[in-house]
Amino acid sequence: MSKYYFRFSLSHRLLHGLLILSFLGLVATGMPLRYNQAPWAVALSHTLGGFRVMGFFHRTFAILLTLCFLLHLALVLYRGWIRKQWKILWGPDSLVPQPTDLIDFYQHIRWFIGFGPKPVFDRFTYWEKFDYWAVFWGMAIIGTSGFVLWFHGFFSRLFPGWLFNVALLIHGEEALLAAGFIFAIHFFNSHLRPGKFPMDLVIFTGRLSEEELCEERPYEYGRLQKEGLLESLQADPPPLWMKNLSRILGGVSVAIGLLLFILILFAVFMGRNAVHV
Amino acid sequence: MRLTNITFGFARWKRTLFWLALSSVCFLSPYILRAQATSKEMCLSCHGVQGLEKVRDGKSVSLYIPEETLSRSAHGALECVACHADISEIPHASELQPPQCSSCHADASRDYAESVHGTAYARGAKDVATCSACHGNHNILPAKNPDSQVYPLNLPRTCGGCHGDPELAKRHSIPVTNAYQLYMDSIHGQALTRSGLLVAAQCLSCHGSHRIFPASDPRSTVHRTHTPDTCGNCHVGVLKTFTSSIHGREAKAGNPAAPVCANCHTAHQIKRVEMDSWKLEIVRECGTCHAESLRTYRDTFHGQVTALGFTRVARCSDCHGSHDILAISDPDSSVAPSRIVGTCRKCHSSANASFVKYDPHADPHKRARNPVLYYTARFMTWLLAGVFGFFGLHTILWAGRSFLERHRENHHHSGSASSQATNAEEGKK
Repeated sequence: MSKYYFRFSLSHRLLHGLLILSFLGLVATGMPLRYNQAPWAVALSHTLGGFRVMGFFHRTFAILLTLCFLLHLALVLYRGWIRKQWKILWGPDSLVPQPTDLIDFYQHIRWFIGFGPKPVFDRFTYWEKFDYWAVFWGMAIIGTSGFVLWFHGFFSRLFPGWLFNVALLIHGEEALLAAGFIFAIHFFNSHLRPGKFPMDLVIFTGRLSEEELCEERPYEYGRLQKEGLLESLQADPPPLWMKNLSRILGGVSVAIGLLLFILILFAVFMGRNAVHV
Repeated sequence: MRLTNITFGFARWKRTLFWLALSSVCFLSPYILRAQATSKEMCLSCHGVQGLEKVRDGKSVSLYIPEETLSRSAHGALECVACHADISEIPHASELQPPQCSSCHADASRDYAESVHGTAYARGAKDVATCSACHGNHNILPAKNPDSQVYPLNLPRTCGGCHGDPELAKRHSIPVTNAYQLYMDSIHGQALTRSGLLVAAQCLSCHGSHRIFPASDPRSTVHRTHTPDTCGNCHVGVLKTFTSSIHGREAKAGNPAAPVCANCHTAHQIKRVEMDSWKLEIVRECGTCHAESLRTYRDTFHGQVTALGFTRVARCSDCHGSHDILAISDPDSSVAPSRIVGTCRKCHSSANASFVKYDPHADPHKRARNPVLYYTARFMTWLLAGVFGFFGLHTILWAGRSFLERHRENHHHSGSASSQATNAEEGKK
């Protein structure tokens, strides 16, 4: 039986789960407003119980996502500043972009177009870091603009009213960017691409088999061996119930995400000719 | 027998007198008979018999006229020949001239002759409203009689006999092909049919009775120059407000683009303004002229929510007013700088001078209107194009390479398998 190693801790996995739930909820309750000309948007908003119900759930999911964001920040601060784990702020275990990411990216592109061998990666690849920072930036921007719009009475005392025009524009455009990026780019990079299809369960089980670790992240494997940390990360193989639960939760999430993505695409490209009436 | 006795029992002079009288009776008989022939009783001796009919153009036509119909009618006191003036003897001609109502109703006839119905009739149109088509013939009743075809509660059905027939409308190029159906669903139609409201507008209230013209004719009561006054006959208060509004003033000044009542409310399917369908339709209606304003409205939360079909957010009239709408430059306008805070406060109780700097018709394409919004929009466009372009290409290249690798692997495997087989065969040899 092959050995397993932890890649994501329980807190990572729970936060990712909360992120999935709140993000899907926010997109489903927000996009009908943005694409109000699309027939599906009208149908969805009425099915959900009207714009007030939709608004209620949108704000509820917004609170959940804000909670998710703040918990993550608290964890980072705790590990970085209190536990003094500086390695999460710089180095191969950090999500902060490193000089090697540029080289990795260059080599990956060379491999895409057939000018070099397939590169190998450390713990976090450059596209995973982009995923992380895109979501991080997105949550900050969409969240801030969202709260400005939510508490417009309060914010109107601090800022001129046209800020709400800017906030609404940013909120909608960033939301489109976030939804498009997650449902198309992140889904492909992490789950749907050949080799991972239909789904990489590691974000749900948290565990990686020794073969996967060696094959995908040989640098990390070697580094962990050298540092003698490999044993401390050793895990039980994921039980069947965990794998099945992961498949169900992940599968449903990806399916909902892709459906929303198709609906958005439909509204963006089919709705072009629609007259604004 | 008795006659013989009398004749031969008389004295000679008496006999002479008798023959004289008899011959005068015979000589005058046509005149006496005619007087009898033109009496109602005489007419009814044939036409009062149920089942009397004749064949016209291959169809049997009833000629039966119940006596009580005649006696109940407004013309009950008249003799038949008062209208059927071309009957002088019995039996009369098999086809009679149409009665000439004008001989008594001169004013109505003159008006009718001028109207769209009258001119069409004069041109020879067969399926056009005549006096009897609306008022009936032998059963004609005063318009105030609830059984009259032109009694207010019955009039829509009478006019609808023609103006609910799209085929007829097509034949006569009448722009509204189903006025009857539209009217019956309208607030006016429902007030009339459901509540029996005599004050509810029906056909005549707007179009007049005998002097009916197409809406495009300046003489028409529903021509755009007369519409406000026509509606204002009942909606006095609204007319007063509308007249001083920018739409009312422009319409009065002859601006053909200025809306009058029917442009917003439609002519026939006028709805209750509390209905959601009306509240949403009117937004689009404003947008038929104010296209730019509707486009920018749709970019805002207000416009997005109403586009989805919900009405609990601001629509055009919530801010701009409806009949009292004024130009933003007018200090009395609800959206004039001096009044805008109060207008926003109708919904946003915390609105203040800073709050109303929000632009409910912001346009991210217009730099002068709001430079921050303009540059934010440009930045967001480039950001989205950049990210999706970059990672789109990245994903496509990655997918392409992955499939190529997979294909090569499979090919390599099958290739080596077949070469092994060849080697094995060679080994046998």
